[in-house]
Amino acid sequence: MTVTELVSYEDALASYDPVMGLEVHVELGTATKMFCGCSTALGAEPNSQTCPTCLGLPGSLPVVNATGVESAIRIGLALHCEIAPWCRFARKNYFYPDMPKNFQTSQYDEPIAFNGYLDVELEDGEVFRVEIERAHMEEDTGKSLHVGGATGRIHGAVHSLLDYNRAGIPLIEIVTKPIEGAGERAPEVAKAYVAELRELIRALGVSEARMEMGQMRCDVNLSLRPHGTATFGTRSETKNVNSLRSVERAARFEIQRHAAVLSSGGTIIQETRHFHEDDGSTTSGRVKEEAEDYRYFPEPDLVPIAPAKEWVEELRAGLPELPRLRRQRLKAEWGLSDHEMRSVLNAGAIGPILATIEAGAPADQARKWWMGELARRANEDGVELTALPISPEQVARVSALVAEGSLNDKLARQVIEGVLAGEGDPDTVVEKRGLKVVSDEGALGAAVDEAIAGNAAIAEKIRGGKVAAAGALVGAVMKATRGQADAARVRELILERLAPQD
Amino acid sequence: MTDPTRLTAAQTAAAIASGTLTAVEVTEAHLARIEAVDEKVNAFLHVDREGALAQARAVDEKRERGEALGPLAGVPLALKDIFTTEGVPTTVGSKILEGWLPPYDATLVKRLKDADIVVLGKANMDEFAMGSSTENSAYGPTGNPWDLTRIPGGSGGGSAAALAAYEAPLAIGTDTGGSIRQPAAMTGTVGVKPTYGAVSRYGMVAFSSSLDQGGPCARTVLDAALLHEAIAGHDPLDSTSIDKPVPPVVEAARSADVKGLRVGVVKEFAGEGYQAGVMQRFTESVELLRELGAEVTEISCPSFDKALAAYYLIAPSECSSNLARFDAMRYGLRVGDDGTRSAEEVTALTREAGFGAEVKRRIMLGTYALSSGYYDAYYGSAQKVRTLITRDFEKAFEQVDVLVSPTSPTTAFPIGERADDPMAMYLADLCTIPTNLAGNAAMSLPCGLAPEDGLPVGLQIIAPAMADDRLYRVGAAVEAALTARWGHPLLEEAPAL
Repeated sequence: MTVTELVSYEDALASYDPVMGLEVHVELGTATKMFCGCSTALGAEPNSQTCPTCLGLPGSLPVVNATGVESAIRIGLALHCEIAPWCRFARKNYFYPDMPKNFQTSQYDEPIAFNGYLDVELEDGEVFRVEIERAHMEEDTGKSLHVGGATGRIHGAVHSLLDYNRAGIPLIEIVTKPIEGAGERAPEVAKAYVAELRELIRALGVSEARMEMGQMRCDVNLSLRPHGTATFGTRSETKNVNSLRSVERAARFEIQRHAAVLSSGGTIIQETRHFHEDDGSTTSGRVKEEAEDYRYFPEPDLVPIAPAKEWVEELRAGLPELPRLRRQRLKAEWGLSDHEMRSVLNAGAIGPILATIEAGAPADQARKWWMGELARRANEDGVELTALPISPEQVARVSALVAEGSLNDKLARQVIEGVLAGEGDPDTVVEKRGLKVVSDEGALGAAVDEAIAGNAAIAEKIRGGKVAAAGALVGAVMKATRGQADAARVRELILERLAPQD
Repeated sequence: MTDPTRLTAAQTAAAIASGTLTAVEVTEAHLARIEAVDEKVNAFLHVDREGALAQARAVDEKRERGEALGPLAGVPLALKDIFTTEGVPTTVGSKILEGWLPPYDATLVKRLKDADIVVLGKANMDEFAMGSSTENSAYGPTGNPWDLTRIPGGSGGGSAAALAAYEAPLAIGTDTGGSIRQPAAMTGTVGVKPTYGAVSRYGMVAFSSSLDQGGPCARTVLDAALLHEAIAGHDPLDSTSIDKPVPPVVEAARSADVKGLRVGVVKEFAGEGYQAGVMQRFTESVELLRELGAEVTEISCPSFDKALAAYYLIAPSECSSNLARFDAMRYGLRVGDDGTRSAEEVTALTREAGFGAEVKRRIMLGTYALSSGYYDAYYGSAQKVRTLITRDFEKAFEQVDVLVSPTSPTTAFPIGERADDPMAMYLADLCTIPTNLAGNAAMSLPCGLAPEDGLPVGLQIIAPAMADDRLYRVGAAVEAALTARWGHPLLEEAPAL
């Protein structure tokens, strides 16, 4: 492989203007496949979720999954698209062993949704509008497992295994119009777009859109053109970029690579490229010697889709609040700064915080725990917040125990640690670990008296009016009670006993 | 006692219902007939002796238990080898599916079984239903029982020949451009292409999805109607299946009355290429209809001239895609898998070895017609012609109730005569193709023998979509009048095998 010396990002942008196109495939979370009744559940034995239709057996025929169509329309509506009053499926013809019919049932020039947009918010709060070309329905392919090759790719493999469980799972492909004018922020726009789209898909409840599970997959098409020119350059198509960070890195790498090729007088080849997570580079896939001719034609085995206007309006009326607007509302309700809100968002904490509030905790407390102790823990373990073994209800209970004075912050953290360690719910952990705040006035009074007696010099200062010195005595009491005292009450007791004498 | 193989389906069912014959006796008689003559005819690719006898026994047991029997219970049938049958070989006349045992029954097969119709076996056909002579079968041609050196028509030559050779009183065919009707014409039998969507295509191996339609074949119009009723009706597994009641075809076949019926003679189906004897018998049939009280007029359908050209773009286009699945990965033939070749190479070798010349020709034609840069000129234009043809029919049916024409321009030609001349072969379907393009219904029934060669001539009756009952009303009237004139069914004039 010839390694092109990359041009620095700044130099690339100094000469060229990037144009991007993003194609995102979303696997719908329908119970059954797009054209048959087979289950879509993940993790089943290979080829156990198949039937004549999704195996493409001779004679089999497809029947459209109505929920799939409904999900497609809802996605289209949420992306501000027009919904086709009449459209058809089309066959995309090409040979590949993991595609049972050797054509993919898809949509071609009659997509169900078209001409929309998605506003995405960048790090600094700027809103960038990404225009949507279309959203169309299609079916997923099976999976090939190449055995014996070094890289898991087909090249060098001894044989391949085919699993058709995924074949026929409904996909929605969402294609942007060329994204122009993003300049140096193009990679950031790409990432923000995919992130926003993922939020949207989740808010609609049509898919969990977990990129690491392949439920959402992104192709990054990118080209450069010299500043001031209007025609697009030749694009590369980086396939299956499957995390938000990778989307940004792939776009950035391709900008630098294209610039290097172009500025040394070379030409960009229109080709498929693979993205490498390890070093953030892309390498050439198969070169398209001639443009692939998919010989699309209307699918004769399916009847046209003609969603009734009333139904579309009903679906429109039933759309949830869009994620960006919801974020704005929550930000105002919670009284957060832009920066704080973004942290909440980046941590994936909106859902858990909302659920914790719903379970009875005040907003600030809910945010404090999820963004503090729990975010730290999730980060350490390298998991999502929602994957932590603690429920919003349990967090709300901890918050309630603090509010009623049974726990202080330090103890509350220990309770959370206990819950995460699988010791049971918060009350059980308090019980087992004996973490209740010492609120027995007698015991507390004795501890205070002991502290005063042991620190006569400090006590004298306080008597003399230096109230600030009380902190040292509070610390001593807390130490003596192993942190289980209510620090505020301790302070009160000290000041009562050491009040300046008239 | 009468030979059970000489009975009509209706007579056979009545004999079984009344106890004059058992279903097992009927089935055994047909299996014996197949045994005796099919070596010469080659109508069957696979005879399912055990399955057929098991079905027949079940019918007899039902009767013994006093259960009600359906109108065709116990009647044997030859099933075109294009329908999947669970655990029974289904080849579609192709080497590429040799040895495949489908894991499921086609909807039509389920309905046959539900009606207690006994499936004797799988009938020979042109490979993937592509052809008009059954010479394209990978398993050898079928002979026409009228003259074994001649073709029985195609693609459903096996189904039609089985009827004409008394190997079965009922058969199932499929009609993409005439594959039920033209063989019916060639063999002196009755064949109906129902309205597109009337009979489920689920489990029917696709040739051209927007044209393919399964339908009944029989020796009489009433038998065809009884079979039509058994197999038609909505199927949720076929999105293109019609969700409406089946037209009253049996009732129509029994009424057989054409008084006051408006009949249109298609002007375009005459002239050069039409055999004199075929036109003579056709003209006599039209005259007969007039005598029976029909009002006959001539109707022009100017776009029909372009039907053949449009058909040979649409059908190959769809077939190029439908047949892509035969890639040696999941079922059927696999050639060259010696551990050194890639999947791509094995697919190519398998398709090279497994498909016959005509199938390859059509895959190439279709691949070309769908290619970018050619799509609009070929596939796109063909679809426009299709619309024009549909409009011609609509206009015609504003003026008449049914249209009539010869089914095919000639009688059965000798095996081998057109095998190397695809264009000549394609002309055999000149009169049948417009109906497939428009999706309406048509029937072929025998209307005599051509004087010059003594071979059967077919009369085609065409009805609007969802008016399949008209075919049976007219067909039954013509059949009754002609049989009366001849003194016996035409088929009795066929030489003994």
